[in-house]
Amino acid sequence: MREAGIGIALILLIVFFLIFSPNFGTTSNWSNIFTQITLNNIIAVGMTFVILIGGIDLSVGSVLALSAVLSATILVSKSISTSVAIPLSILTSFGIGIIIGFLNGAITEKWKIHSFVITLGMMNIARGAALEYTDAATIYQLPKVFVKFGSTQILGFIPAIFIVALILVIIGHFILTRTVFGRFVYTIGNNEEAVRLSGHNTSVYKISTFAICGLMAGIAGVIYIARMSVANASIGTGYELNAITAVIIGGTSFSGGKGSMTGTFLGACLIGVLNNGLILRGVSTFIRQMIVGLVLIVAVIIDKYRKKISTAMQDKMVNQFYKE
Amino acid sequence: MKNVSLDIREGEVHVLVGENGAGKSTLVKILCGIYTPNEGEMYLGGKRFNPQRPLDAIQAGIRMVYQEFNMLPFLSIAENIYFEKFPSKRGLVDYRTLYQNTENIMKEVGLNGSPQDPVEFLGVAQKVLVQIAKAISTEAKIIILDEPTAALTSKETQRLFDIVRQLNKKGVTVIYISHRLQEILEIGDRVTVLRNGEKVDTQEVKDITIPGIVKMMIGRDMETEYPFDPDVKTGQEVFRVEELKYRGGKNTISLSLNRGELLGIAGLVGSGRTETMRAIFGADKRIQGKIYLRNKKITIKSPKDAVKHRICLITEDKKMQGLILEMPCSVNITITDLTQIAKLGLLNYGKEHKVSKELIKEFAIQTPSDLQLVKYLSGGNQQKVVIAKWMFRKADILIFDEPTCGIDVGAKYEIYLLLWRIAAQGKGVIIVSSNLPELIGICHRIIVFSNGKVSGEVERDNFNQEEILSLAYQNYI
Repeated sequence: MREAGIGIALILLIVFFLIFSPNFGTTSNWSNIFTQITLNNIIAVGMTFVILIGGIDLSVGSVLALSAVLSATILVSKSISTSVAIPLSILTSFGIGIIIGFLNGAITEKWKIHSFVITLGMMNIARGAALEYTDAATIYQLPKVFVKFGSTQILGFIPAIFIVALILVIIGHFILTRTVFGRFVYTIGNNEEAVRLSGHNTSVYKISTFAICGLMAGIAGVIYIARMSVANASIGTGYELNAITAVIIGGTSFSGGKGSMTGTFLGACLIGVLNNGLILRGVSTFIRQMIVGLVLIVAVIIDKYRKKISTAMQDKMVNQFYKE
Repeated sequence: MKNVSLDIREGEVHVLVGENGAGKSTLVKILCGIYTPNEGEMYLGGKRFNPQRPLDAIQAGIRMVYQEFNMLPFLSIAENIYFEKFPSKRGLVDYRTLYQNTENIMKEVGLNGSPQDPVEFLGVAQKVLVQIAKAISTEAKIIILDEPTAALTSKETQRLFDIVRQLNKKGVTVIYISHRLQEILEIGDRVTVLRNGEKVDTQEVKDITIPGIVKMMIGRDMETEYPFDPDVKTGQEVFRVEELKYRGGKNTISLSLNRGELLGIAGLVGSGRTETMRAIFGADKRIQGKIYLRNKKITIKSPKDAVKHRICLITEDKKMQGLILEMPCSVNITITDLTQIAKLGLLNYGKEHKVSKELIKEFAIQTPSDLQLVKYLSGGNQQKVVIAKWMFRKADILIFDEPTCGIDVGAKYEIYLLLWRIAAQGKGVIIVSSNLPELIGICHRIIVFSNGKVSGEVERDNFNQEEILSLAYQNYI
């Protein structure tokens, strides 16, 4: 229902740009769009988990940077052979993501402080750590095999890194809809106390969602350096906000409990297509930023009306039932 | 609502009764300008009254004391009473006048404490009084009380009635909504019965009886008010609590429960009943205490531990603590034990569907489907969902905190029957209730709490309302 609305909006947008931007439909442009939405999609997958459970994670952009510079250092290290360095750097990246995510969740849960505050702190810690570690220098000349993956195209226009993002979306969707863990994400997001009093340790699940979110930021870090073939400590700035925007446009309730991975995916696609189409139409960066902000607000308002209508319909049906 | 006509006289207590969903709340919300009627007219003091928003009703002198207290918890009593119109001097709040006025009005409604006390720490009864004080401060002509006594003890209820009578003397009209029929006879002048959004009748209180009202409310005669099955015999002890002290408690509490027994816990609100039960269940931390299940000592540190031993707590506040309102019945039922419907962490929706349907049928939960969101169910059906979820977990010891609070008469009887069915299966049931006739009606044994201590224990043969009440008040002197 909710997803259908975003899906229709996305299709209309694509049709609009196909008509009004001559270069929009070319394969090279499609390839561009896919590349542009990859990172946001990956981070938004993790963000969906955290927002569904009623939290927020502002540290993902910084975690991306930290994991990127750490794994880049391993990759360019002269003392480690490339065949060892690649898996090692990937593991390091994922590991640092999970650890920071776990810390975000554990501190939030232990002292019952809103995750906004904790992850705001962590955002600065991770960014500072990345800057300190690299001394603000840029790392380049990454191994060729590694960088090659970042620019591989399947069928000539689908980037391999986008396939990675797509797989993560599908796994995320599966976890949310088909697993016990997913059930806990939704129920805790709706009413944590009821779940706790039903005999469950809710903290475990909440911390796990933060760990997943951190892991996604770590994965995004690896993808980033594979794609850009450089790493420095200031990459990924503002990515957390882009991811949150995608999740919210995707129809996930900011207070938790309601939403879906499909929605998030469509939300990220919508922003990507909008940005790309506007660039092709020659709209300036500043105006684009304004438009994305506007879309976010409008999407939330439309969602409000949609909810009102569906509640009214539901009420009517229920009344009908109890009359009979 | 359909075609409801109603007249309310100045200075009377007009009681509205009816089962949940009968339209009482809708009716008063129209009076308060929260809803606007599709058809029909209202007259106030002979003049056309057509409130479009709550402010219109407030300006016309209509005030509502809400079931869910709409208060500003972190602000003081004085600020809560006067926040709509602070006494001021040159644009600044005049605190001296504010506190003076508040003190006077607190005296009038019998509210103890200081005007500067924050509202969050007040008891339920005091919060009701603060709301009434606010209504008085604005010189309301009509005060609507929606279930004001739901969480009050009988003593507090009496004080509330005194205040209502005083208000009547001053010419204030009171519209009173209550599920407690006994109260109608005591405080009401006239009573209007609603059913399915229609008015059944308005009668003088002196002309009616409780069975008569019940008949009007549910549209049929009711059998007995409380079921009690003398054939169900209680067995050996299954559960025992020794020397338990909850956080903030001054004394230790011990109690035991037998197989097939309905054990009532009586006492005033704030006497430590709920705190004890929450501490047993591990919902709140406890300072000390041993718990035995079938004579074996068990450790309960969290609700998870309790549920592992098949001990469950059905809290009073179902909406906040028992149910996930925005999710379907099936999810609410299976949340207690997802292992039954999952394999290797993967949910089996078909199985969930099947078991939920079975339980919905078994407990006669009225819902169009197991996928219906719980928020759309009536209070009685919601309570049944809570019971179903614990039966799904195969709970052995069930602790109910106010199982029939806010549930209408017809549904109450069904809940009592359910409690009996559970006990007859050989499980142990503890029922905490402020409604003494209810405990006397359905329990085998009653333990009385008074000021944080167990003040007595009474067997069914010796049940006596006066004695239990005096035990409940024993430690307050």
